[in-house]
Amino acid sequence: MVSLAPVEAAPPSKAAPAADAPAALICRNLWKVYGANAEAFLREHPEATTAEIRAAGLFAAVRDATLEIRQGEIFIIMGLSGSGKSTLVRCLSRLVEPTAGAVFYEHQNLLRMTPAELIELRRHKMGMVFQNFALLPHRTVLGNVAFPLEVQGIGKAEREERALEVIELVGLAERAGHYPRELSGGQQQRVGIARSLAAEPALWFLDEPFSALDPLIRHEMQNEFLRLQRMLSKTIVFITHDFDEAIRLGDRIAIMKDGVIIQVGTAEELMLNPASDYVSEFTRHVARAKVLTAGGVCVPVTPGEALGPAVPARSRVADVAQIVMAADAPAAVVDADGAVLGKLEKAAVIDILVGGAR
Amino acid sequence: MSDIALDDAEPRTRPSTGWLVALAVALAVLLPYVAPGLFAWAKSYPSAWIVPVSDWLKAFLYWLARDATFGLFTFKEMTRFISGLFGYALDVPKALLSTGINLGEDGAAGHIPRLSWAGIIAAVTIWSYLLGGRRLAMLGFIGFGYIALFGQWDSAMVTLSQVILAVAVGVAGGIGLGILAYRVPRIEGAVVAMLDFMQTVPTFAYLVPLVFLVGVGPVSGMLATILYAMPPMVRVTMMALKRVPPELEELARMTGCEPRQSLWKVLVPSARDGLLVGVNQVIMLTLNMIIIAAMIGAGGLGFDVLNALRQANGLGKGLEAGLAVVAMAIVLDRMSRALVELRPVHGDAAARRRRLFWVGMAALIGFTALSLAVPELERLPNEWRVSTGNMWSDVVSWVNLNLFSTADAIRTFLLIYLLVPVKTFMIGFPWLGLLALVAGGAWALGGWRFAVGMAALIAFIPMAGLWERGMTTIYLCSIAVVIAMLIGLPLGFLGSRSERMHNFLGAMCDTLQTLPSFVYLLPVVMLFRIGDVSALVAIVLYAMVPAIRFTDHGLRGVPANLNEAGTMAGCTGAQRLAKVQLPYALPEIMLGVNQVIMMALSMLVVSSFVGTNDLGKQIQVAISQADPGKGLSAGLAIAFLGIFADRMIGRWVGARRARMGM
Repeated sequence: MVSLAPVEAAPPSKAAPAADAPAALICRNLWKVYGANAEAFLREHPEATTAEIRAAGLFAAVRDATLEIRQGEIFIIMGLSGSGKSTLVRCLSRLVEPTAGAVFYEHQNLLRMTPAELIELRRHKMGMVFQNFALLPHRTVLGNVAFPLEVQGIGKAEREERALEVIELVGLAERAGHYPRELSGGQQQRVGIARSLAAEPALWFLDEPFSALDPLIRHEMQNEFLRLQRMLSKTIVFITHDFDEAIRLGDRIAIMKDGVIIQVGTAEELMLNPASDYVSEFTRHVARAKVLTAGGVCVPVTPGEALGPAVPARSRVADVAQIVMAADAPAAVVDADGAVLGKLEKAAVIDILVGGAR
Repeated sequence: MSDIALDDAEPRTRPSTGWLVALAVALAVLLPYVAPGLFAWAKSYPSAWIVPVSDWLKAFLYWLARDATFGLFTFKEMTRFISGLFGYALDVPKALLSTGINLGEDGAAGHIPRLSWAGIIAAVTIWSYLLGGRRLAMLGFIGFGYIALFGQWDSAMVTLSQVILAVAVGVAGGIGLGILAYRVPRIEGAVVAMLDFMQTVPTFAYLVPLVFLVGVGPVSGMLATILYAMPPMVRVTMMALKRVPPELEELARMTGCEPRQSLWKVLVPSARDGLLVGVNQVIMLTLNMIIIAAMIGAGGLGFDVLNALRQANGLGKGLEAGLAVVAMAIVLDRMSRALVELRPVHGDAAARRRRLFWVGMAALIGFTALSLAVPELERLPNEWRVSTGNMWSDVVSWVNLNLFSTADAIRTFLLIYLLVPVKTFMIGFPWLGLLALVAGGAWALGGWRFAVGMAALIAFIPMAGLWERGMTTIYLCSIAVVIAMLIGLPLGFLGSRSERMHNFLGAMCDTLQTLPSFVYLLPVVMLFRIGDVSALVAIVLYAMVPAIRFTDHGLRGVPANLNEAGTMAGCTGAQRLAKVQLPYALPEIMLGVNQVIMMALSMLVVSSFVGTNDLGKQIQVAISQADPGKGLSAGLAIAFLGIFADRMIGRWVGARRARMGM
């Protein structure tokens, strides 16, 4: 069913970081190959294909991944199960030792760090949320959230005070004394989120954090996540297998298949210029009006043409559809300074809303 | 990675070789019967070929005890040091529970009383209430009340103090070793192999060398107990740590835990439930050992039971002490199990728990303090005691009068028509034929190398000159296993069909498993006197539990959609059982058979007390003659039998499961 009114409230707008924000986390030519003597094989065949690797009795979970994740952005790694996204994020945090390549965080190569340096980095700079929450069953909510601080050796009074602040932030203040098993799934993941934030990390990994939750709770948690990010502005690496979640939350999305990053871009870029059929397969069933922006779909104005109401280039088509449809002339798409970038015609809006396959 | 496929588990089918192997086996079995003169050497093992394994082992142990040295100190000094250490450690729980502390010489300067019996009963009751509510509290009260009222308290506390120390050492050592094996993958294989071996060697086998090296007394009793009870703790620890979700391990690393922090703050607490299950097992195995440990001087309740078994008219007393062991075992078992189930709570519930704990503590200390003024609270006066000793003796006489003829008829029937013929056949079986059968079966399951290994295990029996006793063991064990399965299969089947039956069987199996193995001997001897029949009945009773459990569990594990598919295909109930459920559950049931065999083997040694002439008997004789070589070689033979059965069944189950894609 298609209606001209937005079907649901527009996602809370993200404080989108500037596209030229400096890169915070960089990985170059990262490989993870499982099997005997994988390193030696990779040294001899730096450009090995999937078939060659399989022929050698090895298995490539991540192949030649290169990424730049910018400061303050929500970077989504999206792929189906077995695509290597979990392995990739674990290579970025060095939970899994990459076979080859380099990972830079603040100009330091993670892969060259000693165990002690790595412990320091993880204690103060990284936080991670796990798919199945990974709560410690023997600790209360407070004990779980205070855990990273306890590991750092912070005194009981201080760490509990700081933990309580974060618990309040995720809205669980009344449950601080409860044990994980006494909480619902959504509440448990709130604890997981609070715990990952307790040490105030700059870099926040979320590994399919909402996959284990039912759809209604998932939606609520996504909003909660966006709310937190607006307050905290972390650099985020977020893994999901759900493309809807990816476009809802992500500033940029990397799509993975069989260990390879196929394409990186904003949701709109993926939709307008898919790198392969695999990518367009994902975008096909998405409500296009909620992804495409007026600026992305507008066409040049014929000189002297009369234009209707102005709509901002960054607004989603779904949000401006009513304005465009109600007007007599095509809407003028303007940038932040008010300069006209192009026009948006009724026919184009209908086409996007009704959603013919491209 | 799972991508590297392992399709090799299927049993090979090589028809031509298969026929040749079958032919060779048949020849090895049949020729000695067809041409006895020519193949006499293949029938009864020539005594000239016997390898003096016992003598070698004996010489080795003598060398250990006399000459072995680690440079700085000798082996003997080490065993002395260890036994001294345990002796001191044992003084602590012993003083608390059993003797109290005498100040000055012989208590001249005063006496600090032991914990009051009333205090212990009160504390056990209150703590049971904390752990498991009203029912467990009742159980604790009745169990320890029985021990006090029926005059078993002094012996029971001697036993309990040893149990406490053995459990503490067993749990701590087991967790330590388990963590080590988990952390250092290089030694994991060695530890697992050692555990496998330790769990198949019957306890008796190391009693003999232990007595030889450490001497008779409570300490060697405890060492034997720890050796017996610790391996499962190691295994449980390794499994529990492995079962901690990988995410928790990742969490530990991502929060920047040092290895020690990640072990003690994340892994071990997360494995709590599994570890506590291990603690429960250690407690039960320790109680299982108390009578065996009493044979080498541990004293306590075990000694009372043992003494009763040795006396002609002591059965009544023995039953009374045996029931005290049972009471203690059941109470400790249920308490430690309730501890596994105990979930953390917050707020009022947590405060209530803390309160109950301290109330129990206060009762314990309060009654003990009070016993300074009221000596009856330290030692229960004789007048207050009830003894069933006479009652049980009366029961024994009544049974003798009224049931003896029936029992004797059963006994005679079993002996004449089952036991004696099978035994004669087994002992007279050509040894070469047995080896050929073993090797042929193993070849079919796992190829040539497996066949050689399995045959070597069995070949040890004739080579060490243990043929007759070994075959007696095999005969008793296999008859017991068959009977146990004949009882266990239908019961397990009924359990899988009805919830009520399932619960009833569960409770019955729990109780049977809680009983220390020796307890089975008392009523059996009462009915069937000493001899093979008593041994058989005791073994069947003891080893039946896994037959019921695994059958029930296996049949319940059949997926609902398979049952539905069977029904929709028009199966009758019997067809569904035969064509769908049993084939699916068979691997699980075979694992049950494996367990039955293991339990039967361990019970065999115990049952040699009631007069069988098997490998267990040889160990028993070795203890009384202080011949460690004989004891050890018989123990090895039983261990090899156990390993053989375990590997064969394991192979079969593995192949079958692989074929069914499980």
